[in-house]
This record gives sequence, structure tokens and C-alpha cells, in this order.
Amino acid sequence: MQPPAPVDYFTFFALPQKLNLDSTLLERDFYALSRKLHPDINAKANRQEQEWSLEKTSQLNDAYRTLKDPISRTEYLLRLHGVQLEEQSKAATEEARKSGAMKKPVVPPDLLEEVFELNMQLEELRMEKKMGEDDPDLARELHNTKQHLEEKQAAMLGDLKSEWDRWDALFDRAVSETVPDTDRKAALDALLAVLNRRSYIRNLLREIDEVLES
Amino acid sequence: MASDRIIGIDLGTTNSLVAYMENDHPAVIPGEDGSNLVPSVVALDERDQIMVGNPARKYLIETPERAVYSVKRLMGRGVEDIQGELKLFPFRLADDLAPGEVLRIKLGNKTYTPPEISAFILRQLKRNAERYFGAPVTKAVITVPAYFNDAQRQATKDAGRIAGLEVLRLVNEPTAASLAYGLDKKDTATIAVYDLGGGTFDISILKLHEGIFEVIATNGDTHLGGDDIDNLLITIALNDILGDLGIDVRHNGEAVQSIRKDIIEAKIALSSQTEAALDFELPDGTRYQRTITRAQFERLIKPIADRTLAPVRQAMRDAGLEAKQIEEVVLVGGSTRIPLIRRLVEEQFQRIPHSELNPDEVVALGAAVQANILGGGSEATKEMLLLDVTALSLGIESLGGGVVKIIHRNSTVPESATEHFTTGVEGQTSVAIHVVQGERELAKDNRSLARFDLKGIPPMPAGLPRVEVKFLLDANGILHVSAREARSGKEAEIEVQPSYGLTDEQVENMILESFDYAEEDFAKRQVIEARNEANTILAALEKGRSSPAWEQLSSREREDIGKLENALKAVMPGDDYHAIRTAIDALNQATMHLAELMMDSALSTALKGKRMDTADVGEGPAAPHPIAKAEIEQ
Repeated sequence: MQPPAPVDYFTFFALPQKLNLDSTLLERDFYALSRKLHPDINAKANRQEQEWSLEKTSQLNDAYRTLKDPISRTEYLLRLHGVQLEEQSKAATEEARKSGAMKKPVVPPDLLEEVFELNMQLEELRMEKKMGEDDPDLARELHNTKQHLEEKQAAMLGDLKSEWDRWDALFDRAVSETVPDTDRKAALDALLAVLNRRSYIRNLLREIDEVLES
Repeated sequence: MASDRIIGIDLGTTNSLVAYMENDHPAVIPGEDGSNLVPSVVALDERDQIMVGNPARKYLIETPERAVYSVKRLMGRGVEDIQGELKLFPFRLADDLAPGEVLRIKLGNKTYTPPEISAFILRQLKRNAERYFGAPVTKAVITVPAYFNDAQRQATKDAGRIAGLEVLRLVNEPTAASLAYGLDKKDTATIAVYDLGGGTFDISILKLHEGIFEVIATNGDTHLGGDDIDNLLITIALNDILGDLGIDVRHNGEAVQSIRKDIIEAKIALSSQTEAALDFELPDGTRYQRTITRAQFERLIKPIADRTLAPVRQAMRDAGLEAKQIEEVVLVGGSTRIPLIRRLVEEQFQRIPHSELNPDEVVALGAAVQANILGGGSEATKEMLLLDVTALSLGIESLGGGVVKIIHRNSTVPESATEHFTTGVEGQTSVAIHVVQGERELAKDNRSLARFDLKGIPPMPAGLPRVEVKFLLDANGILHVSAREARSGKEAEIEVQPSYGLTDEQVENMILESFDYAEEDFAKRQVIEARNEANTILAALEKGRSSPAWEQLSSREREDIGKLENALKAVMPGDDYHAIRTAIDALNQATMHLAELMMDSALSTALKGKRMDTADVGEGPAAPHPIAKAEIEQ
């Protein structure tokens, strides 16, 4: 057993830093590496090797969990390239907003009208709930909006896929020629835009659920 | 090597078991009384000797203040979070408990922490295994509910250390059960393990892939089990007695314990019968008689059974699976014998659950499988590997009392996270960190694990130091923390104050104290074992006398054997181990020739064949041959 080395998750799995990834192969490699590295397999090794085994297995588990999920994989790549992502738990987000550490997210232009409408509905329902009134029509409208947003959310994976392709193409190009930094930056920005839009919609959905369930 | 034997232990709320894997088959090791289950009851007898298991049970009824059961409910918990327990269980806490101190339970006029009480149970199991092997045992795998938090896991590990066991791994109970079931099928399957024991409920969803057991999601409730059913029925009976007979026995410990015993018997009977009778005498001589039908019983316990459904649904959601995608369902825990529970599971997953293995034993059997894997594996386990998850998220309290999650629940362990901290004031040399475990948004609503003080930070302007703290959750689900100041590269000093745990020093002291018990126990045990061995030899000698080989001995030999036989019989009832041992050895020596002659004769072949049969079913230690000296390491 070799001592653990501080490598990024793609390198850990001997993968190029590309976003399209065969999850079946990733799983196969995860199992194969687990069989080599896991502390249970190395229970009879010396103390030093046992420590390495623990360290490397935790690295393996982190890497696998991060890479297998399309969103966390994209976020991870962005972070690797120095893009700061804002978002933690809901509490952390609110706190960051309050302290001014995080700017209010910009509404994606194509959602402007819908968000405006939604905020009115939410406000109205909140007021009614406070007064103890019940408005089935309004609740139904909100359910419709929710469904619409969920569809948009699902469609987002398609948007993400085309931005992945753009990044991966750049990566392949970089093998034979020098890719201008501006191209790279543009591809990363596009990925970030999809993620931001996704988390914006997710926050809206969370808000709708809260009001409906209150 | 005998000392390399690793045993598997199910340290249960109600019963505990020890198992070992031999010849590719895990088997439960019975106690001296032949029983596989050791009731998790500890009592202090009139001479202040510790009693464990069945012998301790009678104290529960006769002198409840000298006995304790269900101590697992108190492991790793503080006095403020067991108020609910205190209402339902007759735990007597020490009078002089200081706030923040580890709980201590009164047993007669002595007090013990929950890990010490658990250690008594573990020591009994260890002893049973040593009796079985005829050799010391020092290593074990112990199972814990998947939903046990860090403090509860640490307390279990401490209990092992106090009992003289190196705990090589803590395994989650439902996962262990799947290992016991998975021995036969190594292909691919998605399975759910529904584990309803005496005190806890766990649900785990696993993916089996060519010997890899990968847990995908787990959920549960550490306060849901058969005890809750008992307590509900007891409360109903007590109120009925008060309302109907006008007798208030609610605060009479002895009466409540005897009602508990009756209720449990009725509950068990209702799993196979459609009605059961409650019939007991109250302290004033009045009889309380009731018949309870299964239908009534099911109506009463339905709300408790239904409480398992929310964790089941959450685990399915977390696994991203629909009920119909689950291919196998496994039942674990004594409470899954209740027909209502079986129906509930069947409806939930739309399939008949597995219950081929005894639900009381399956966890211990799985622990034995994991012990075998850790010991280097065998033909049956060489492809097997368990990848388990943490059931609870780990977070750090942020400014304002929120929680920043650093390790999310259902992450495969071992798992690590690195966080950076800085100072808020110029020249600040220490930073306080509060680690919590749980899913709630606010730190105060989660379980506090520990507070750390990062010390020795070089004085710098505010915000400049970068203290890198590494949190590592090991394969046992136990947290390790290390820290270093990134700018100076200096290791930061960490002072840990476990919120509800014993310090290393306390554990060390308990280990030292336990040596007193151990030595006393060991001497007693040696005598008992020597007597057992003497009985074996005497029985074999009896057999030898009726064999043709006996006639082939010289009259001198026969006379010597007779003398030594009488000598052994004379010292056997005494407590002198060495005298018995010497007499055994002498008789062994004298019968060597007889044994050889018997081995040569056709008759011995038959004897030998019979012996091997009995050895296969694993009944007690198998002696090499009937008149040979058993291998007992001293």
C-alpha cells in the first residue's frame, strides 16, 4: 500500500477532467478500488498501512460520491477551476444574505414574469393563512406553478448536458492546440449559469412547499 | 492461533449473543446453561457479586433495586435526554450526579456507568466463548443500531475495552443481518432490512454486487421497539387494575415487574395463538384475570407498528428507489415475529419477507461473518466486503446557532471533510468549534458531539490565520479530528470535551477496576472448567472399562487407574484448581495406554466417528480424543 497523495477526484479515478462520464464504469472502478483499499481488507496490515487505508478509502468515498452525481460533479469541476460557488444549507444561505456576504441572486430573465406572478401568489396565500382563511383556487394555482417549475427543473439536465459537451470538446481540443483562456472562461461561466438557474428554481420550489405546508 | 479468534457480538437491548464462524458457517456459541441468548440483565447479588443473564433475571422481580435491564437505552446519553426513559423504565440514577457527568446507575449500594454495565454483559459473552474454545478471546466485532450516534458508538467501544475486548469493528445491526443472509447469494440484488428489536428500529437499503454489500440508505428510530409495546400494555393493565379493582400498584416496583413478565409472555404467545390469558396475583392477594385476543392486541399496537413506516419511506426516498424495486426483504429482531408487523412489511414492499434465519440470532451471525472477514476471510467470505454509511449528518455550529453540514447522512464511511476556520479578533490564539450530529437546521436541536478548542494559533491580525480542521468519520462511524494552521504549518492543539462520553482516563480506570473482577472470575472459571474436564475424563474412562481394550491392560495398570480415579473424585468438589488439574493430568497419563489400545481397536473407529459428528454441530469444546488432555491455555 502506498501513502495517500493529495490528488483531485478525477485523477484519483484516473479520469480526464471531463463532465460526460460513464456511471457504470465509475461504479465498477469504485468497487475494484474498494476491494484494494478498504480498511476491512487491510485489517491485518501494519499500523501505518492501516492509517493509509483509512485515509485513502475516505478519499475514494469522497471522490465517488462527488463524481457520480451530475450536479455535484459539475460543481466540483467549477471549484477545481477556481469558481466560487455560493450555497450551503438554507440557513447558511440566509445568513450569508443577511450579512451581505452574498448578493441577492439575479432572476434568470426568462423566469422574470413567472417569478413576479409567483411572489404575488405566495404573499397572498401567506396573508390568507395568517387570517385563517382557506383559498383552494389559489392553492391550486400554486400547485400548477410548482409543477411547471418542476418540469423546467427536469429540462435543466438537458441544458447542463450541452454545456458539458462544450467543456469536454474544449478539453479534447486542448490536447492538440492551445485553447484561449477566454474560451475556457466562457465555458465555465455557462456551466455556472445553468447551476445558478437550477438552484434559483430549487429555492422557489422550497418556498412554495413551505407556504403550502404551513 | 487461538488468540487470533475474533468473535461477533450482538449487544442487544433485551438479549445479547456471541457467535463465531467456523468451517464457513457462522454459529451462535451457547452459554453454560445451553441457551443461545444471554438476557441483557445485570444484577448485584446479596454478596455484591455481579450476576449476568438468566441468573440475574430473578433479581428483577425479587429485588428490582439490585438489577438493571435495557441499559443499551442509556448508552452515550446525558441525564437531560433520558427523562422519557426514566418514566417508563425503573432506572435508578446515582444521587450525586453532577451536571454533564456520564450517567451512573444504582445497583444495590453501588453505582455503575452504562458502559460498565454493558461490559459485564460483554464479559459474560467473552467467557462463554472462552469456555467454548478452551482458550482466551481478546478481539471482537460488536453490532450497534445503524442510528447510534458518535457518543453511543464510543460508549459501546468503551464497554468492549472495559470487558477486555479489543473492538475491531462496530457494525450496524441491519447490515450485519444482511451479511448473514447474503452468504448464499453472491449475485446482484437490492435488499431492504427491516430491524425491529427490543429498543430500536432500523431500516437499511442495500445493493449486493458480487459479494460487495453496499448500503445506499439507512434510517430509523433509536426509541422504538418491543419495549414500547410492553410499556403500552403495562400502562393499560395498571390503569385497568386501578379502575376496575381500585388497587394502585403503579408505584410498586415488584408488582410492575411481575406484570411486565406476564405481559411479555402474553405478547409472545399472541404471535402463535389467537388469544392469550393474563393472570396474576396482586400484592394484596387479589387476582387479576383478563383474556386478550390477537385482534385486540393488534388494534392496541397498530400506532407503534405504524411509526416504523415514516423511516421506511424516508430510506426509500434517500435511496431513490420505489418499493417495487426492492427484490429481497429481510426481517430482523424479535418484534418481527408479531404477525401484524409481518403483514405491515409485506404490504409496504409487496413481497414475502425472508425469515429463514432466527430473527434473534441473525445479527450475531452477521457479526461473526464480519469478524471472519476482518480476520483475513475464508473460502465463504473471501469475496465479501461491506460498504456502510453514516445514518446521521455531521455539522459545525455557525455564527447565530445554525449548522453547516460537513458530512451528509448516507455518505459511505470512512468519510472525511476539511474545513477552514479563522480568527475574529487581532492576536486571537484559540478558536472554539462545536460539532453536532443530526439533521435539524439549528445546532441546539441536534445532538452535541463535542466542543473543540483549537489552541496555539500564532498571533496574527484578525482573519489572517487559516486553521485547517480535518474531520474523519471512520468505518465504525466514530469521529476523529485533527487540525493545523495552514500559514505556519503548525499542528494546532485540540482539546476535546466529549459531550456525553467517558474520558480515556476514566476508561483506563474502569479497565483497572475490572481486573479485580476478572481475576476473581478467572479463578472461579478455571475450577469449573477443570471440573467439567474431569467429568469428561471420568465418563470416557467408564466407557473404556466396558471396551475390550480394558482387558488388555495389565492388572497393575488397572489398579493404578482405579487409584487415580478415586483421587480425582476426591479433589473434584473442592475449590483448589491446581489439585484438580494435577489429578486430571495424572489420570490422563495413566490412561494413555488404554486410549492407544482403544484407538487401535475397531470399536474406537466407531467412537471417533461419533465424536466428529457431535463436533460438527458445534456442541461445546471438542476435545482431541476422549481421554486426552483438553487444550486449556492458562
